[in-house]
Amino acid sequence: MSRKILLKHIDVPGIRGLKAYRENGGYQALEKALKSMKPDEVTEEVKKSGLRGRGGAGFPAGMKWSFIAKPEGVPRYLVCNADESEPGTFKDRYLMSHLPHALIEGMIVSSFALGANTSYIYIRGEMLYVYHILEEAIAEAYEAGLLGKNILGSGFSLDLYVHPGGGAYICGEETALIESLEGKRGNPRIKPPFPAVKGVWGCPTVVNNVETIASVPHIVNMGGDEYAKIGIGKSTGTKLISACGHINKPGVYEIELGLPAEEFLYSDNYCGGIRNGKKLKAVVAGGSSVPILPGELFLKTANGEPRLMSYESLADGGFASGTMLGSGGFIVMDEDTSIVKNLWNFTRFYHHESCGQCSPCREGTGWMEKLLHKFLDGHATIEDIDLLWDIQSKIEGKTICPLGDAAAWPVASAIRHFRSEFEEYVKNPHSIKDVKHYFRINNLVEQ
Amino acid sequence: MAKVTIDGITIEVPDGTTILQAARMIGGDVVPPAMCYYSKLETSGGYCRTCIVKVTKGSEKDPRPMPKPVASCRTTVMDGMVVENTVSPDLLEARKGVVEFLLINHPLDCPICDQAGECHLQDLSYEHGLAKSRYEFKRREFEQIDIGEKIKLHMNRCILCYRCVKVADQLCDGRVHGVINRGDVAEISTYISNAVENDFSGNMIDVCPVGALTDRTFRFKSRVWFTKPMDAHRDCKKCSGKVALWMSGNEVLRVTGRKDRYGELESFICNDCRYEKKNTTDWNIEGPRNIERHSVISQNHYMSLRQLKIDVSKQKELAEKAHRDKQNTQ
Repeated sequence: MSRKILLKHIDVPGIRGLKAYRENGGYQALEKALKSMKPDEVTEEVKKSGLRGRGGAGFPAGMKWSFIAKPEGVPRYLVCNADESEPGTFKDRYLMSHLPHALIEGMIVSSFALGANTSYIYIRGEMLYVYHILEEAIAEAYEAGLLGKNILGSGFSLDLYVHPGGGAYICGEETALIESLEGKRGNPRIKPPFPAVKGVWGCPTVVNNVETIASVPHIVNMGGDEYAKIGIGKSTGTKLISACGHINKPGVYEIELGLPAEEFLYSDNYCGGIRNGKKLKAVVAGGSSVPILPGELFLKTANGEPRLMSYESLADGGFASGTMLGSGGFIVMDEDTSIVKNLWNFTRFYHHESCGQCSPCREGTGWMEKLLHKFLDGHATIEDIDLLWDIQSKIEGKTICPLGDAAAWPVASAIRHFRSEFEEYVKNPHSIKDVKHYFRINNLVEQ
Repeated sequence: MAKVTIDGITIEVPDGTTILQAARMIGGDVVPPAMCYYSKLETSGGYCRTCIVKVTKGSEKDPRPMPKPVASCRTTVMDGMVVENTVSPDLLEARKGVVEFLLINHPLDCPICDQAGECHLQDLSYEHGLAKSRYEFKRREFEQIDIGEKIKLHMNRCILCYRCVKVADQLCDGRVHGVINRGDVAEISTYISNAVENDFSGNMIDVCPVGALTDRTFRFKSRVWFTKPMDAHRDCKKCSGKVALWMSGNEVLRVTGRKDRYGELESFICNDCRYEKKNTTDWNIEGPRNIERHSVISQNHYMSLRQLKIDVSKQKELAEKAHRDKQNTQ
């Protein structure tokens, strides 16, 4: 269960450069695809592999590729979504800054499969240093004839551009990303039409996460069937998990899907247990927008089966007792953490990042934040818990893009699993209120 | 052609029709309210979420229901689609939520607002709003600005429907105003003050569903329900010249385009007609204009509260109960 695919050569000195990357088996998949395969065969392999989108939703990548419209004479585009800004998720940044060529190779192979001659990497504005790393790597690839016209003599041409965004979370939503890429205000588009029909510049487009694209060369190398053997059930392959919070060893880990959650959390190969010997209180398993789970529900499902790190097992029990694998932002909280305070922090983020296009999200996120702040100030009443529940239920599913859902789910799950803590804030505000914290959040609000 | 059933009424409409348009073809109670959709402006709609409906059957081919409520103004009908609007209590509850969201930061300054009486948000809150706001925090505030020589912008009242932006995009050359900032501090503004001066810019006032954009030549002159609407026309080189005059005695207080029952203009008019021609001698008056809207502006409005399905006593009861509860908890 400790097989590494994406991060296999991460520790090789100089792996960021083209030379070391090629010496360690880099660009073999590109040669194999361009010289011995047809574009549709690559898509077929990806379909067979069962690779699921690593950006959060877990939609099968091969299926997404096969949806792309192919009208005559219209260019197609591949866009890599590197706008990783979910709180708790930092796997793409790690992958891109250490193995830029893995992404570039994936982009070339995927563009070949989709028939795209221009592709974009939309990178988050704050990660400017990664942008420079990618630019350098792309320059190297152009020099080596891996990008540009007639790649490796196959007749396939590709131009690859890196586009830094302005640092908005909403631009990680695929249609907002496309708007931003076109130079407009990063507001999500109303779907349909989906990007597979009308995307960048009104042409068919596929938007994939960095990790998804970086997995494609490995699938081409080992074959789709072989890749599908890794993992468990419909969760195939390996996944990068960025673990953070109150654990002994925070960092990015590559796990084979299906690894028991308990092993991931407590084994010394991975997170290494809770910091300072404290008890586990809660886990946010896939980035801030997925429902939070109490420790015992995270380790064991409602049926008493051990929880596995896979799309299906984490979603077991629906939102009542399950969560989602999401983007792999693994946040662990120990017994001293205040769920309400943490939730306020998450909600503050969504309030700040709402684009303001549709009313439930624009108004609702701000309202939830103010209500949660009221809890922290010790002025809340019991009715405010129900009000908070009502507000989140009126945001969820009513918005244009999933940001509304992302803002509502943490609130819903926190109330569902930790209602008593909210009640405690109402009943004994003074016992919980921590003065230092109180001044700190007030300063933040004023800013 | 596609057959669609809305609230049990089946209608056959051309392919590509949206659910909202199909509902408007049926008319009556099944029409969902729309604050941001404007049939004459392309790509409008989808933002306010008041027109959400429940699709219980996707189509004849794929009968699965849609998992979430959809915006009826931007969802096209499929053959065999079954839509629930007013018959679904869940949906009405969801719509109530949307209306509440629209109102929490709205100043509710109707007594001093020029739009009062013909305001779509007012109608919407009569029909779907709560008697009492559950929002107890400070409402957001913006400065009032003049975005053009004759247009005043009260950003506090704006619900960000983007209609005026679409007017500027599609009717005027070189859009000079738009949305700046994001989230709940997003605002309509111009980069250079007073910059909106296009010949058709006055239509922004007419498309605004609330009192955010008001006509500076009419501000505070009269309540709209005291004025008499008259159909009139003139020969205009720029536009159709077909307008509605809002008169008090023989005085023309304001000129607007002719609006239909959904508050949409029959034709856009130019700024000359709107601002400059304020004498009865400028116009050929056709006669009184009949306004069919569930609004104060329609005559005899208050006699038909039953039509609006508002149970006044119930609203009062709820308000009193909320008041009592609050006193008890204190």
